[in-house]
Amino acid sequence: MKELMLGNKAVARGLYEAGCRFISSYPGTPSTEITEEAAAYDEIYCEWAPNEKVALEAAHGASLGGARAACAMKHVGLNVAADPLFSISYQGLNAGLVICVADDPGMHSSQNEQDSRHYAAAAKVPMLEPSDSAEAVAFTKAAFELSERYSTPVFVKMCTRVAHSQSVVEPGERAEVPLVPYVKDPTKVMMTANSRAAHVRVENRTREMTVWAETCPYNRVEMGGRAIGVICDSTCYQYAREVFGDGASYLKIGLVYPLPEKLFLDFAAAVDRVIVLEELDPILEDHCRKLGIAVEGKSLFPLCGEFSQDLVRACLGLPVPSSASIDDPIPPRPPVMCAGCPHRGVFYTLKKHDCMVYGDIGCYTLGALAPLNSMDLNVCMGASCSGLHGFNKAIGSEAERRSVGVIGDSTFIHSGITGIIDIAYNMTNSTVIILDNSITGMTGHQQNPTTGKNLRGDPAGKVDLEALCRAVGFRRVRVADPYDLAAMDEAVTEELAAEEPSVIISRRPCVMIRGTVHKPPLTVDEDRCTGCRSCMKIGCPAISVADRKARIDATQCIGCGVCTQMCRFGALAEERS
Amino acid sequence: MACTNIMIVGVGGQGTLLASKMLGRVLLDQGWDVKVSEVHGMSQRGGSVVTYVRFGDRVFSPVIDRGEADVILSFEQLEAARWLEYLKPGGKIVTNLQKIEPMPVITGSAAYPDALVDKMRAAGADVEAGDYLALAVKAGSAKAVNMVLMGRLSALFPEIPEEDWLSALEAVVPARFLEMNRAAFAAGRNA
Repeated sequence: MKELMLGNKAVARGLYEAGCRFISSYPGTPSTEITEEAAAYDEIYCEWAPNEKVALEAAHGASLGGARAACAMKHVGLNVAADPLFSISYQGLNAGLVICVADDPGMHSSQNEQDSRHYAAAAKVPMLEPSDSAEAVAFTKAAFELSERYSTPVFVKMCTRVAHSQSVVEPGERAEVPLVPYVKDPTKVMMTANSRAAHVRVENRTREMTVWAETCPYNRVEMGGRAIGVICDSTCYQYAREVFGDGASYLKIGLVYPLPEKLFLDFAAAVDRVIVLEELDPILEDHCRKLGIAVEGKSLFPLCGEFSQDLVRACLGLPVPSSASIDDPIPPRPPVMCAGCPHRGVFYTLKKHDCMVYGDIGCYTLGALAPLNSMDLNVCMGASCSGLHGFNKAIGSEAERRSVGVIGDSTFIHSGITGIIDIAYNMTNSTVIILDNSITGMTGHQQNPTTGKNLRGDPAGKVDLEALCRAVGFRRVRVADPYDLAAMDEAVTEELAAEEPSVIISRRPCVMIRGTVHKPPLTVDEDRCTGCRSCMKIGCPAISVADRKARIDATQCIGCGVCTQMCRFGALAEERS
Repeated sequence: MACTNIMIVGVGGQGTLLASKMLGRVLLDQGWDVKVSEVHGMSQRGGSVVTYVRFGDRVFSPVIDRGEADVILSFEQLEAARWLEYLKPGGKIVTNLQKIEPMPVITGSAAYPDALVDKMRAAGADVEAGDYLALAVKAGSAKAVNMVLMGRLSALFPEIPEEDWLSALEAVVPARFLEMNRAAFAAGRNA
């Protein structure tokens, strides 16, 4: 029966129907739902790995063990998984291995908009790119067949618009694929002689696949009007169809690596003007140029950001629909830390200390926004620890006394551990604050190795953060409650002053975790409130000031009590009986 | 038929995703091709959120652009104004009168514009505005405001049978909140 399905759920459906048995992933928008939706099928073992490198290695291990396996990650996660990727491409596999990677053009929830298609070419790993949910199911299933036929991992590449759009899917049946027996093969050890032979195998495989790409069903020609021929992939195909309808012809590329040659040349010869429409980098365009096809691509369309039908029209000088507007400036509505978010007390304290704050990737990146404004830097997962170490080495004790690294529990496990080892081993008096909110928050509340629960919420192993930090060489490790501003202030004051490396674990569960106990909303004693706005300094979305009195939005306030510590007049309190 | 375009806009946490899930289901049941596009992640933390819903004989693009929306269903006044330029000439805005101040307004660095409904009408938009939050509270919970708005939306599509809306509602709402959400939907539909 037809159903409306999220692109990521469709990938999960494809994994299920293909007989996939094992998935290991690290969450990251816009890829997270692939693994979460796959976990709904009992036939597939699913887990959250500590990071994407571990996830890919685990999935490859499962493939070597004979099970069809997969992993899913966001584009920047593929950087972390790149090390195993390149060598797995050489080593090959036993059962099929599919790597789902989701790009984020427009950076809805990312720190860069790198184009994952480069990895396919760099690692010589084939890449399929669906343009809607029905293709997401079909291409994911095809990826396993391709993977086993050519003994290579295969990418299924998503982007935000395909991953987070629902379109019509007709679900099929699961194919039960038996385990492929493991047989020891001495050429699988990736050392010099074997690797040399493996590289030759990879080049031969790519040549064979390029021939197959000429006629494979994933690249499609749709002939219409011949004045314009559009070469496109992914969601750009949808935008092009929206703009030109049957008035143009299309070469829709579903296999973006390796690319065929004759198919491009024949299509270009059949139309008057060739336009290449692709988000981010000119990969299809460069392929055309290499083949000597005269095309227009990035001369018309931007390298940055997400496309739409309007953007295509505007870039081509076609009329765009008219629209109404009002003159008033519309204030922006940036995302904010939730009311009662435990990160708030930490950033308020750091602002008070006027610290240089090296932040990291997670909800707490919002600490950079007004009114807290207490994040100086962030780069990538884990850089808060290693980057802080380098910063402090460069400047010395002056910096050590007023700088901190701030990292969430899941991000710390992902890439922070090696960074704090650098601090302990190479000895800077750096202070790292681990924001332990017992969950991976930003991506929608996934379990992680510090929570004691696995992906399905069942009991699992648990990393002891205090013991871990001590084991790598930190003698100063303390826990503080971010709802207690005085205690947090004391911890920050003492650890910044300490002449050795230190870790503060700010421990409070995320208020959005199901089951977290919320207190009744606070109330304002209007007789005591002077309208001084001190409570506004913490940037809680539940607090506003109207008619010179603080107001608390009872639908948002969870009674965390941080604001009561800001008020000198005792005007904010739990409801008085 | 050409595509019909509906935008559901609001503030992260207001329940727009559940509303779009329900709407997608209703439209699919009518035999149309449907695409629903939303963005998850950072914007859901109290930021401005938008869902695009498109249906017709064949839908290609998952997004709606400036001047293309037939209906903008808004959970909050300022969000209706933010997306006004996406309205097609002759299109309709249905907006909740609720105001949720964004952080720049709370901190005093920006002002919440006044008389937004009047200004949108003056700009030529057909605006239907109501205190749908009050209807939700009356039905049992402020959280049911999404179903009040779905009820309002359903009234704009008389060709779609009411039972199709109700069966979609049952499919997306947890059983223990069913009665309250049905009441909220009815309150919106009959408002």
